[in-house]
Amino acid sequence: MNVKGTLVSRPWLKGFLKRTWPLHVMLIPAVVLQFIFGYLPLGGLVIAFKDFKPYDGIWGSKWVGLEHFRFMFEYPDSKKVIVNTVLIAGLKIILNVIVPFTFALLLNEVRRNSVKRTVQTLVYLPYFISWVFLGGILTDMLSADGMINSVLQNWFGIEPILFLASGNWFRFIVVVTDVWQQFGYGTIVYLAALAGVNPSLYEAAEVDGANRWRQTLSVTIPSLVPIIIVVATLAIGNILNAGFDQIFNMYNPLVYDKGDIIDTFVYRTGILNGQYSFATAVGVFKSLVGFLLIVVGYRVAYKLADYKIF
Amino acid sequence: MYYKTRGYQLFTILNYCILVIAGLLCILPIIHILAISFSASAPANAHLVGLWPVDFNIESYTKTLNNPNFLRAFFISVGRTVLGTFMTMSVITLAAYSLSKDSSVLKSRNIYAWYFVFTMLFTGGMIPLYMVVRNLHLMDTIWALVLPGAVQVFNMILLMNFFKATPKELEEAALIDGAGHFTVLFRVYLPLAMASIATLSLFSVVGSWNAWFDGLLYINNYRNYPLATFLQTVIVSQDFSKLTANPRDLLNISQRTVKAAQIFIGMLPVLLIYPFLQRFFVKGIVLGAIKE
Repeated sequence: MNVKGTLVSRPWLKGFLKRTWPLHVMLIPAVVLQFIFGYLPLGGLVIAFKDFKPYDGIWGSKWVGLEHFRFMFEYPDSKKVIVNTVLIAGLKIILNVIVPFTFALLLNEVRRNSVKRTVQTLVYLPYFISWVFLGGILTDMLSADGMINSVLQNWFGIEPILFLASGNWFRFIVVVTDVWQQFGYGTIVYLAALAGVNPSLYEAAEVDGANRWRQTLSVTIPSLVPIIIVVATLAIGNILNAGFDQIFNMYNPLVYDKGDIIDTFVYRTGILNGQYSFATAVGVFKSLVGFLLIVVGYRVAYKLADYKIF
Repeated sequence: MYYKTRGYQLFTILNYCILVIAGLLCILPIIHILAISFSASAPANAHLVGLWPVDFNIESYTKTLNNPNFLRAFFISVGRTVLGTFMTMSVITLAAYSLSKDSSVLKSRNIYAWYFVFTMLFTGGMIPLYMVVRNLHLMDTIWALVLPGAVQVFNMILLMNFFKATPKELEEAALIDGAGHFTVLFRVYLPLAMASIATLSLFSVVGSWNAWFDGLLYINNYRNYPLATFLQTVIVSQDFSKLTANPRDLLNISQRTVKAAQIFIGMLPVLLIYPFLQRFFVKGIVLGAIKE
């Protein structure tokens, strides 16, 4: 045993000190920061199973088991909030696949590079602007006497619509403006994939007498199916993320009924009303569902499109 | 030669119309807010301004730039953006270099990799993180805005892929010449990865500048708010109680032109950086993602 110790462990130690210690040192800042802000909060999840009172601290508070989770499913507002979240997020996921895909196909038909680049520059822009500013601009434009309503009234004679004060309109606006903000950026992925389609496929199709529409149906779209599957399945992990930044900056008490989502609800109950344990339980539920869906989505993407992250 | 057919030419015209309309839809709201900010307040409050200023003047800008609250918030944002980008880029560059090594060189590489990736999949959420920041006594300091988001795992993976693509011979030659890993990183890898570093830095700048929710959570005193949080309370929530007790200031804030000017100044750094960003990111980010 002694022999093994001297033969095996010391050269390892020597090698470690000589060669790899700088690599470990380089990782220290990231490891420490990640421990504090990534792993310590996971420990804080225990308050979902306790009746947390800030005065007693985490360890001093009483255990209550699954009480908060039971309450979450019985609380009438929770169902409403979960339905809102899934509905809004689901619509966003579907449209955020279809619209950028269609847009990339259209943009791909443009042969003039200057036009292509100008359009790209314009449509990527909203993606880089905070929802604070976009929310400020859009709430102003969508108000009863805002720009959109005055255009509708002057050009089409439509009575002013309270876009942000009625629930159904609010949902519609949230989905549309989200697609508006995101589609330019989403287009990049498909444009990159389009550039990778083998040109000889188009030549062969053309020899066979296929027109451009036929080529799109038989060559372009089938070639892009794998990337669509990857984007769509991985997006499903976000079914409980309906867009906190956007909704928080556009909603108001009038539309809580149809526009309140899990994250805005957690913020109001948890941070503003101080119900830390309940809000954390909702957060745990959300994290778990999201985690499961990411794992499932990744599996599906791997099976159908042979996609791997690492 | 499909593009010479009548049907395809018709499609091309239609296609150009759709693309131009989409492009305009993305830029018109910004032009609208710019037009309001340069208009006189009476026509602006009466919603008479479309895409062109009415009674052009710059009063709203002079008011905004003379507002000490706005200026303070602006410089806090500049500070957090500079500090945050510097922190993030140093931390993820160092870590990405180590992670780009094979596990035959760095035996524990995969343990480190999973350590970081796990937090992408499972997080504690808003409230436990809030409690950690509070217990560390970071509340109301700039560190609460910089530290929690400093390790951007996704960007770290992108950078790692760039480092992996660097020819190994360069590194071996340097190591034989007696260079250590720090020298290799700073003299060999970094110069070669500048395009990628620039892209990620610009993204970090835009992200820090736009961040508003961390300010709302971790900063109690409105005097320490970064600009995005400050504007969130003024423009969106219209929570004047946090702002000032001076009724004259309230009068200024409620004006639409001043709001528009504030929004525009708030967006300005991103609008200025954006052309540079766009030139890089089609190459920098997509290559990084496809490389796998």
